[in-house]
Amino acid sequence: MNIYDLPDKRGHFGPYGGVFVAETLISALDKLREQYDSYRNDAEFKREFENELKHYVGRPSPIYHAKRWSEHLGGAQILLKREDLNHTGAHKVNNTVGQALLARRMGKKRVIAETGAGQHGVATATVAARYGMQCVVYMGAEDVRRQATNVYRMKLLGAEVIPVESGSRTLKDALNEAMRDWVTHVENTFYIIGTVAGPHPYPMMVRDFQTVIGAEAKLQMQETYGRQPDVLIACVGGGSNAIGLFYPYINDESVRMIGVEAAGKGLDTNEHAATLSKGKPGVLHGNRTYLIQDDNGQIIETHSISAGLDYPGVGPEHAWLKDIHRAEYVGITDDEALEAFHALCRFEGIMPALESSHALAYAAKFAPTLSKDQLILVNLSGRGDKDMATVAQMSGITL
Amino acid sequence: MNRIAQTFAVLQSNRKKALIPFITAGDPGPANTVELMHCLVEAGSDIIELGVPFSDPMADGPTIQRSSERALKHQVGINSVLNMISEFRKTNSQTPVVLMGYANPIEAMGHEYFAARAKEAGVDGVLTVDYPPEECEEWVRCLEQHGMDAIFLLSPTSAQSRVARVAELAKGYIYYVSLKGVTGASHLDLEDVESRLAQLRTAVSIPIGVGFGIRDGAMAGAVAKLADAVVVGSRIIEEIELSPQNELLNNVRNLVAGMRKAIDEQGD
Repeated sequence: MNIYDLPDKRGHFGPYGGVFVAETLISALDKLREQYDSYRNDAEFKREFENELKHYVGRPSPIYHAKRWSEHLGGAQILLKREDLNHTGAHKVNNTVGQALLARRMGKKRVIAETGAGQHGVATATVAARYGMQCVVYMGAEDVRRQATNVYRMKLLGAEVIPVESGSRTLKDALNEAMRDWVTHVENTFYIIGTVAGPHPYPMMVRDFQTVIGAEAKLQMQETYGRQPDVLIACVGGGSNAIGLFYPYINDESVRMIGVEAAGKGLDTNEHAATLSKGKPGVLHGNRTYLIQDDNGQIIETHSISAGLDYPGVGPEHAWLKDIHRAEYVGITDDEALEAFHALCRFEGIMPALESSHALAYAAKFAPTLSKDQLILVNLSGRGDKDMATVAQMSGITL
Repeated sequence: MNRIAQTFAVLQSNRKKALIPFITAGDPGPANTVELMHCLVEAGSDIIELGVPFSDPMADGPTIQRSSERALKHQVGINSVLNMISEFRKTNSQTPVVLMGYANPIEAMGHEYFAARAKEAGVDGVLTVDYPPEECEEWVRCLEQHGMDAIFLLSPTSAQSRVARVAELAKGYIYYVSLKGVTGASHLDLEDVESRLAQLRTAVSIPIGVGFGIRDGAMAGAVAKLADAVVVGSRIIEEIELSPQNELLNNVRNLVAGMRKAIDEQGD
């Protein structure tokens, strides 16, 4: 395989990615791309980013050997990249720190974000407070209702949360609304997108900021185990934690990469969010990628127990990695994810986010098919405190 | 000469400016669209922009978003939009119809198949909001092969280098979005529009329509002094939204006729 160096200059990963937006947004994206290109390899910018990751986020995050759980499963050893230990409790903050630093260099005093469950909104509100910026978060009205605690968290951090009443009133509509805000207030506003989707340069930029996950893992694996893992497993909604782990390994074909999408109530039902398994290529939110859509090209509402995976698109780089068979994409149902959630609590004393529980559930299925000396590295992308109400409800318990 | 060029040629020889209303197909219901199109023509419209409903209209403000949602409630997809145009063409072979919408419904149908069907239905031009010139060369060729115009947007933030690029690909007319933001926004700055149009005309040889923020006859008349065409969308959709079913056609007719009058009077 050739050395992988995507995207191309206009943000394409094969046929995916690109810039599919109205003319009104083009100049804002051009400026963002120019600025990001100049800071991307700027030593001072990198130093500042690394410094913030170390002292504010708390990196590097450890790799933990889930020994008891591995033994119980009776196969490969499962290792966890502990992104749940980051400040704010998930990998999302790696990206918001990076984009906020860029916003600051571009002289933008106002940042906006879209959020589904509220994790990216919280991570954005957090860095906005840290750098003294005004922060507006768009959140589907339906999600505002379902995620009251996170809404309050964002408000405590000084952000304004605007419920979005259009469309299906969920994450995709929040993204539409944030774009509309950006196009209207482009002079003073920076749009911090939370995943590796959207028009170029976002999929590349968010990937770059999240790549710290995989880069650290490579060093830590060498240091502790003297070798790299046999398999990487990560959950995929938009796909930022997965690409963050996968990217530094793309050219190393001895490492298998498996992305786990939300199969909801089952891949054979209409209630899932398994875009790569069940979707078709199309254009949404500024890029070409796989989408869950009907025959008329309308985007369909998705379902997952995990709000962070409940998105009808997926990052264009994942679409390409699927097509070239460099990564595999599988589905895990709500029930399977829930079972893995409980297992990690009981065997390891770690409460994983429901998003990450999808990756864990696939690891639990896959590990027994491998031998005991093989290593699976799972990205534990977030912690599960935020999901306690959902888990209790699913188990029929009233808190 | 196709219908769009023909329309502008006739207007020019009569020293008139074009009025281009926008409505969303299927809004408020599928049964209203064809009669609304005829009503727009009777009220003095020159070209009709017909919106194809999409679940995620990222570049549109609340008014057009709601119109899209109303149409989607009735399952109005791209197939039914094309059927409406065929129906309209049974009694109107003169007025150009431009489809305006987002890329995904067209891609779902397939470029080639869509273009063939659209031509057959009587479509004259297609404006695909989220296809900037860099991403749609093949698409523009496809439209051209089927004898339809690729209509493009330009905005106040378009660099002059982009204006030149768009001018090369664009056919029919250019739609200049007169302010930053989404459709339905308000405060259009006439002086700004005037100086931008002068710049655009150094690169663009086809007619230029101006839209976004035109809410009444006075504004339509003022814009008509500067541009070749006046595009009105959200204001008409509001009228559709607020009108009871039995007054719908009458209200829309009065509104559009008022704008027609104001546009025609600006030249006198």
